[in-house]
Amino acid sequence: MIEVQGVAKSFGATRALDGVDLEVPAASVLGLLGPNGAGKTTLVKVLATLIKPDSGKARVAGLDVVEQPTAVRSVIGLAGQYAAVDEMLTGRENLEMVGRLYRLNARVARQRAEEALERLSLTDAADRTVRTYSGGMRRRLDLGASLVGQPRILILDEPTTGLDPRTRIDLWDFLKQLVRDGTTVLLTTQYLEEADALASSIVVIDHGRVIARGTADELKSALGGDVLDVGVEHEADMARVVAALATLGAEPSQVDGDGRHLTIPTAAGAGALVEAVRALDDAQIPIADLALRRPSLDDVFLALTGHKTTADGDGVEGNGAGGPPGRARRRPERSPT
Amino acid sequence: MTATSAPVSSPAPDAIVAALPRRAALVDGLTVARRNLLRILRTPQLVFFSTIQPIMFVLLFNYVFGGAIDPTGGGSYIDYLLPGIMVQTVAFGATSTAIGLATDMGTGIMDRFRSLPMARSAVLSGRTSADAVRNLFVVLLIVTVGTLIGFRFHNGFLPAVAAILLAVLFGFAFSWIFAFIGLKTGQPETAQLAGFVLIFPLVFASSAFVPTAAMPGWLQTFANHQPVTQTANAIRALSQGGAVAGPLTRSLLWIAAIIAVFAPLAVGRYRKG
Repeated sequence: MIEVQGVAKSFGATRALDGVDLEVPAASVLGLLGPNGAGKTTLVKVLATLIKPDSGKARVAGLDVVEQPTAVRSVIGLAGQYAAVDEMLTGRENLEMVGRLYRLNARVARQRAEEALERLSLTDAADRTVRTYSGGMRRRLDLGASLVGQPRILILDEPTTGLDPRTRIDLWDFLKQLVRDGTTVLLTTQYLEEADALASSIVVIDHGRVIARGTADELKSALGGDVLDVGVEHEADMARVVAALATLGAEPSQVDGDGRHLTIPTAAGAGALVEAVRALDDAQIPIADLALRRPSLDDVFLALTGHKTTADGDGVEGNGAGGPPGRARRRPERSPT
Repeated sequence: MTATSAPVSSPAPDAIVAALPRRAALVDGLTVARRNLLRILRTPQLVFFSTIQPIMFVLLFNYVFGGAIDPTGGGSYIDYLLPGIMVQTVAFGATSTAIGLATDMGTGIMDRFRSLPMARSAVLSGRTSADAVRNLFVVLLIVTVGTLIGFRFHNGFLPAVAAILLAVLFGFAFSWIFAFIGLKTGQPETAQLAGFVLIFPLVFASSAFVPTAAMPGWLQTFANHQPVTQTANAIRALSQGGAVAGPLTRSLLWIAAIIAVFAPLAVGRYRKG
């Protein structure tokens, strides 16, 4: 449904997209993961015909985004990370306007607006100006606006960033329903958890390049399964902790910037935790914190690229900082979906 | 490709307005215009300033300068002044086109519009035409206030209507200049500033408030030929009598030229993104 081949786009000296290939089969969800500045939003804008790629091909529902932009626009729905709705209009007015601009006649636009409001539980707030909406309500309305045209393809740029967990899960359920009904979704996110919950396949990009692809499980097992976090009270103890736990991790462990936190990817699951407790106890090292958790996107990134996602960071994005990232060691290629 | 089978779907593709491109652009423009008018109505400070300011100008100019200025032939100053205020108001009002577009660019709504299968020109035509409606309202208000303090149309009903329409049309042309400026600067404050720098000399070095005859020669040359003077003179002739054809033709030529240059520039700029 979406095909991207060798798409590149530069802004001045910055190469935002550096030859991206990906494919999204019909009625599936592709999660596009990457830190801020990785090129996610640029790719979304190319697919939504907001900007033209410098080179490469992108087709949506078989339509070329450069040559048939208007046709592409009539089959896609776009929802962004900032809610693209008009604050001064009511929820209903916003949706009816978008419906009209999808070239629906007035009656159908009204009907679709009503349906979208209902599906997104906004009926009670429908006739209030958006100014009075909470962040979550705006985001829902924004998604509603992308739905009134009943697009076959939804392009969502970080649809849940900044939402509270409850609203996020509601949105996930809603999207799952859409996909069951046949909609194809490409969504960008910074949360592995989100891709995990929604996406049938995941593409990880950094510095405008695809650095890994596969299912959520494949990506996580590439990390060795789980992550063990160890916190020590005194920085001085860290060297001993590293030595004591050296046999534990399948992958090189990583000491945090403050020198008091150690992250160890491990395939051993809960066993690793038990083993760690034993080893640390034997070595009589006082620790502040010990936890086993599922890998986060940060961990995936750490493992794939050797640098952190800096999800809230102030641009490590200066292109090629530190040379080409240590390429993925084990790169599960696209799995059959 | 599989078709969406959403259970909620109502009448499918046949519901889509399959219109000629030009008609579609018009419908899209009206949809956007409606949105902009709702925004104007719901911004009380905007309504307040766009009504109070022109009223203030009518009263101040009339009572402050009215005594000192002896317009061309002993008529009452308000009859001379009001057409000038009409032009001045719609010219300054055009800055709100720039501010509106620049404001939209700062939010996600512009990307929403760009991602929809709507006419590319509609975001701009919807803006300029909404501003024209607002201008019509303000011009009517000025005429009402003017009438209360002695202004009269001395040339019959149809010329009076033509005078009002000419003012609105002139504002519409200026709106296209400011659509371009708004898209180019992308910042409401800058757009507003650029607007004042452009409009102040045009409005004050013109026949809007005083006859140009009192100005130094070099300034007169500028003042006599520029669009604000031509339009103010045409409106004056339409409302008070006198030779209409000359100033009206020159005013309409200016309006046509401004739209012909700035509408494509603005749409081109919008397309570029």
